[in-house]
Amino acid sequence: MVLEASFDAAPAAPAETWTPPTSERPLVKWTLVGIALAFLGFFLFLPLVAVFVEALRGGVGIYFDAITEPDAVAAIRLTLIVAAIAVPCNLVFGLAAAWAIAKFRFPGKSLLITLIDLPFSVSPVVSGLVFILLFGSQSLIGPWLISNGIEIVFAIPGIVLATIFVTFPFVARELIPLMQEQGTGDEEAALSLGASGWQTFLYVTLPNVKWALLYGVLLCNARAMGEFGAVSVVSGHIRGLTNTMPLHVEILYNEYSFQAAFAVASLLALLALITLSIKSFLEWRFADGLKAQRSGH
Amino acid sequence: MTFLRRSLVGAVGATLIFVGSASAQTTLLNVSYDPTRELYKEFNSAFSAHWKELGNGPVTIRMSHGGSGKQARSVIDGLDADVVTLALEADIDAIAENTGKIPEDWRADLPNNSSPYTSTIVFLVRKDNPKGIKDWGDLTREGVEVITPNPKTSGGARWNFLAAWAYGEKAFGGDEEKVREFVGDFYRHVPVLDTGARGSTTTFVQRGIGDVLLAWENEAFLSLEELGPDEFEIVVPSISIKAEPPVTLVPGNTETKDTTEVAKAYLDYLYSDEGQKISAKHFYRPSNPSAADPADLERFPDLELVTVDDFGGWKEAQPYFFGDGGVFDKIYTPGN
Amino acid sequence: MVTATLGRFKQPSVIPCFGMAFGFTLTYLSLVVLIPLGALVLRSAGLGLEDFWRLATDPRTLAALKLTFLAALIAATINLVFGLLLAWVLVRYEFPGRRIIDAVIDLPFALPTAVAGIALTALYAPNGWVGSLVAPLGWKIAYTPIGIVVALTFVCLPFVVRTVEPVLRDLDRETEEAAATLGASRFATFTRVILPALLPALLTGYALALARAIGEYGSVIFIAGNIPYVSEIAPLLIVIRLEEFNYEAATAVAAVMLIISFTMLLIVNLIQAWSRRRFGHGS
Repeated sequence: MVLEASFDAAPAAPAETWTPPTSERPLVKWTLVGIALAFLGFFLFLPLVAVFVEALRGGVGIYFDAITEPDAVAAIRLTLIVAAIAVPCNLVFGLAAAWAIAKFRFPGKSLLITLIDLPFSVSPVVSGLVFILLFGSQSLIGPWLISNGIEIVFAIPGIVLATIFVTFPFVARELIPLMQEQGTGDEEAALSLGASGWQTFLYVTLPNVKWALLYGVLLCNARAMGEFGAVSVVSGHIRGLTNTMPLHVEILYNEYSFQAAFAVASLLALLALITLSIKSFLEWRFADGLKAQRSGH
Repeated sequence: MTFLRRSLVGAVGATLIFVGSASAQTTLLNVSYDPTRELYKEFNSAFSAHWKELGNGPVTIRMSHGGSGKQARSVIDGLDADVVTLALEADIDAIAENTGKIPEDWRADLPNNSSPYTSTIVFLVRKDNPKGIKDWGDLTREGVEVITPNPKTSGGARWNFLAAWAYGEKAFGGDEEKVREFVGDFYRHVPVLDTGARGSTTTFVQRGIGDVLLAWENEAFLSLEELGPDEFEIVVPSISIKAEPPVTLVPGNTETKDTTEVAKAYLDYLYSDEGQKISAKHFYRPSNPSAADPADLERFPDLELVTVDDFGGWKEAQPYFFGDGGVFDKIYTPGN
Repeated sequence: MVTATLGRFKQPSVIPCFGMAFGFTLTYLSLVVLIPLGALVLRSAGLGLEDFWRLATDPRTLAALKLTFLAALIAATINLVFGLLLAWVLVRYEFPGRRIIDAVIDLPFALPTAVAGIALTALYAPNGWVGSLVAPLGWKIAYTPIGIVVALTFVCLPFVVRTVEPVLRDLDRETEEAAATLGASRFATFTRVILPALLPALLTGYALALARAIGEYGSVIFIAGNIPYVSEIAPLLIVIRLEEFNYEAATAVAAVMLIISFTMLLIVNLIQAWSRRRFGHGS
């Protein structure tokens, strides 16, 4: 790997004098990079740095106390459970929806796509509220649920439902444009060569969309763990029982435990970073495989 | 699809059993509002010890905190609270009205209108009071910025509003037009209307916005203690309101959960000497001051206090001032 | 029977499993999205047409809606431009720190919106790191509508980047080479060859960012100031109605927002479908 990288670097050196036709002049390139970095600096890095600065303000000791306190641990566990249920549900849905939408022609496609987008535009407050309207004790089926001892709102099922709702479009919307862009040629070729539908999907479609799928899952996961508004409505805020990490952050903040609040928040950021490093790792493995393939030709 | 739902229910059920097995003992759920966290943290451990001393099994008390109105809504929609300890009578009335889980005459159940502790509204200003704010009248002076939350979303802010109104009544001899004008003018000096009391405190303390923060007395003392005694001071206005945050049992829930006895004991303990002492320690004015530590009591200043009954009680004040199209909404209607 | 109807409903294709995928999509969509939203609309119908209309056309509601949609449009447009730039830079260029930047793009989603709001307010308030820089110029960011745009831009940042990135990565360089061989300038290649291919993904990202910005509540209330007619967003109005225990009015405001954003999204998606046909990418 290291060797290969240095080989790559060698022919890149004279690029300063000669620009390949499918790239830009260094000046343009670095200007674009500069603008992109400046934008990210103001809108992404500064807020992020602020979170970590606040989290570590009182020292590492307080930081670890904050994230190992029993209520915090309960919140972390709940958040992970919720994400572990919500993400696979939306993953399966995303694949099915993208398959139906991208590989076939039928009327009302734009309408269907818009319906899939809809959960994003619903205010998180309302996303929680709709489940209260459906399953709360004042709803039509609420009394029946209570008499049968089924807890949905103010318990884990409600939190899971609200999370699924909020993260609903991610995987589907990530896959649809790419699969539309790719068309159906590869699948048709595979089918004409005698592959079954399942084989086509597994060996042709899935490898083609794996990056988009991965992005979709990562975004979905990040949002599932970070969702605040909708979950706040259905959780009931019972400390140590139905508080997810974002809700725990709010509680700590409202207790004037600013540092602890930011510590738990930074933990959420770290969780996201971990999933993202897994992505980078996969990308690196994949890039390796690709190179091997190319040199094989 | 049913398979998916079933597997989902199965997964959730499994986790519930996992979580549930840890809490096989008696559990109480106290649904409260935001600024009582510190108070109930200490009170709960005191009560658990007391309950054990009486020869009972262990009791776990779970807390849920949030905006008072939001908490009431959760209880209405099925959060199975054993006791509610909220900021406003109107919020508990809403639970009683909408669910029938609380009897209509709940206020008579416990002493002092079911308020074991009271508080009032005071001013928090920056060190040395640079704008020289002494009383409500100073808040509408040119260049003074006031921080208070939105009465529509915050229970505490409604007490702020009524306290300002009480001052207006006194200052203008009950001329309602002038009182309205004063309160309207006062809200035009508010640059940020946060949705909750703690949001306002943060805006004032952390962000450095505004010259004066209207706050619960207990919140003002707490912010002074937690956030910087050298940076702020408390100013006591000539008149304010006696805020009575009520507590009550939710029989509709405790009877099905078989927790009525322990929930009652929990609320009674708030009125006990120990409960009163803890309230005073956390800057709430105890209803029975003789039980509290005299050093704690000395911190509470003397001032003229009106009560919500002077406004006809919450049943009248709530819709008149804070309802849809009420006095507060009119303040922000253009051309008014 | 079902397959037969579907066979006529969709255009013929050799690709299998349309029925299963389509059926599952519709069922899941109905259970998770349509039925709950239906309950919402039903509840707002309890208000009666007259009250509904009075509420929907109330000047304060209108001011809040206007602010919400305008701020969302501006934020989504900022993200459209910078999202494309970011995706381009991340896919096409090699520079120090590229991987780290690629990794942190998703963080606005992971950070609870309340934390985002608090962190942004801390930065852009008059005594914050950025706010104190612009304060001498007489500019205010936090507690003004600009603050709302800042919060929304942050919250929706990953959308455009993440929808454009996989498509750009997948894009065949051969067409670019061909364009260059035929004498097109780099700029012409970009606008005539690359941009049309990216357009559907760009519009998808735009639609999603827009949708998300319209509904956002948690981060905005910290930075907005929440003054009626000036910096009060529509989701806050919903919360206010809920605090009055007025579910009908709350759901009515929500329903109005839902209808407007549904229409906006549909328009974007139709443009997208049109551009796909126009430029003939995919099937």
